[in-house]
Amino acid sequence: MRHLILSISLATLCMSFKPIDKTPNKTQKLKADADNGGITLPKGFGALVVSEGVGKARHIAVSEKGDIYVRLSKLKDGKGTIILKDTNGDGKADETKGFGNFVGTGIAIGNGYLYASSDSSVSRYPMKNGIPDESKPETIVTGLELYGEHGTKSLALDDKGHLYVTFGAPSNACQEKNRVKGSKGMMPCPILDWHGGVWQFDANKKNQKHADGFRYATGIRNIVGITWNKEQGELYAMQHGRDQLTTLYPEMYNAEQSAELPSEEFLLLKKGSDFGWPYCYHDRFQNKKILAPEYGGDTKTQGVCEGKDKPIMAFPAHWAPNALMFYTGNQFPAKYKNGAFICFHGSWNRAPLKQGGYFVAFVPFGKDGKPSGDYEVFAEGFAGGAEIKSANDAKARPMGLAQGTDGSIYITDSVKGKVWRVIYQ
Amino acid sequence: MSDAEASEYTMKYIITLSLLTLFLSSAMMQKNTVSKSKSANFQADSGKIIYETYCLPCHQEDGSGVPNMNPPLVNTDWVLGDSLRLINVILKGLKDAEVNGDSFSNEMPSHDFLTDKEVAEVLTYVRKSFGNKAGAIHPEDVKKQRAKK
Repeated sequence: MRHLILSISLATLCMSFKPIDKTPNKTQKLKADADNGGITLPKGFGALVVSEGVGKARHIAVSEKGDIYVRLSKLKDGKGTIILKDTNGDGKADETKGFGNFVGTGIAIGNGYLYASSDSSVSRYPMKNGIPDESKPETIVTGLELYGEHGTKSLALDDKGHLYVTFGAPSNACQEKNRVKGSKGMMPCPILDWHGGVWQFDANKKNQKHADGFRYATGIRNIVGITWNKEQGELYAMQHGRDQLTTLYPEMYNAEQSAELPSEEFLLLKKGSDFGWPYCYHDRFQNKKILAPEYGGDTKTQGVCEGKDKPIMAFPAHWAPNALMFYTGNQFPAKYKNGAFICFHGSWNRAPLKQGGYFVAFVPFGKDGKPSGDYEVFAEGFAGGAEIKSANDAKARPMGLAQGTDGSIYITDSVKGKVWRVIYQ
Repeated sequence: MSDAEASEYTMKYIITLSLLTLFLSSAMMQKNTVSKSKSANFQADSGKIIYETYCLPCHQEDGSGVPNMNPPLVNTDWVLGDSLRLINVILKGLKDAEVNGDSFSNEMPSHDFLTDKEVAEVLTYVRKSFGNKAGAIHPEDVKKQRAKK
């Protein structure tokens, strides 16, 4: 048995070392910080702090040159994207520059362009010698309705010339009066005509309006983490489940049940998928979609929800999955290949239970494009030691994910904009 | 009405009457306990209970809110300043307001289903908690503001 384990670990070791040989110059120079930048990782992994703080960070992308682009939710010195450059190869940013004058969440590099979103538009810049040309912006999607709740636009590019944009619902549960106790659910929910889903656009056509896009998937309250899986040729995303079951329906849900319901859902989005919001929510204890109380639900009845699309995995409530990425690199051990990393930004509405999330999870995937095992905690400790009672107690909250050309992964924090680079040693 | 029918009728009457008495007495008992605890503890306590039920899920236990989503109730003119404006936030809700230089995505829903007394109690609690030190809000002020529409 011992021999078997030894040979397996030797084999794993060889497999994980082999690809590194291909890119010896960069990774070998990298050294993790002694404290891994304050986060805890599985054995063999280390982290170094690329930047201590770039501002209120959102999503992140890394170019082929290794330059890091971080979107911001609040302008910093008049700029909405921060570019971090490592000029001496130690992994730390030596050069910090601003780019573009609009804030927002989404960013993606592809088709020879860098795409960035505001809450009402998507722009792109041509990449010239690996650097986006700020002087030649093109507007790809424009004139989107501005709204606060779930208004951020996340982006994904497929390999067929499409751009996917998230349109979160400006609502919790499509009540006539949003989040007001006793207000009925609208039937049918008019929000679904233009929001509560993912729209597909032409990635290369200028000045498209919302109506020029195609509603690719619907029945989704809000998505922040979305990505195109090249190996599967499919779109995946994380749904934020609804809030306030107990404040709106105290006679059906006590505070503890409201803290544990509904699931945060890992979705495989096919053309025409319908995940059931606002009529349904997912209950991971009953492992099914349940009719929402606004639509006559009683915590058990499924009704119309029986036919809705199911998640490929369900997570505890309110953890706020804000980034999703499939690992295609060769630096990490073999089990990580093609698996998913998820940033759980961290909950604020699990009182009176402990808040949860505030970590990066890993989900192993099989060849069939479905999870092949339970999720595991990959990186944690972002929030700091003390118990989190209010979201503001957290020192850092994991928000964005990207993979570097050498197979490192980068994590952003939304509080101060700290950026970590995780390496396998 | 036959004897059997009559006795069934009486029986039903007795059952209904006793159920009614039971219901009334338990309702009265409940009312008694509530008013007792209210008179024993000052209104800040009931304000806290209202806060925990309707406000805490978004504004958090310490009133600090949620970054980018729900504004803080601490150290802000919205809470410490004009009391009529503050009463209106509860009665009418609020959207797209800037608080302490930051914007917040979630809409504050109207809480006009709370009574004048409850609005006054919860606002007084908020104005005197989390390090806030501002004057109490009185039910009459809420009543006046509600009448304005």
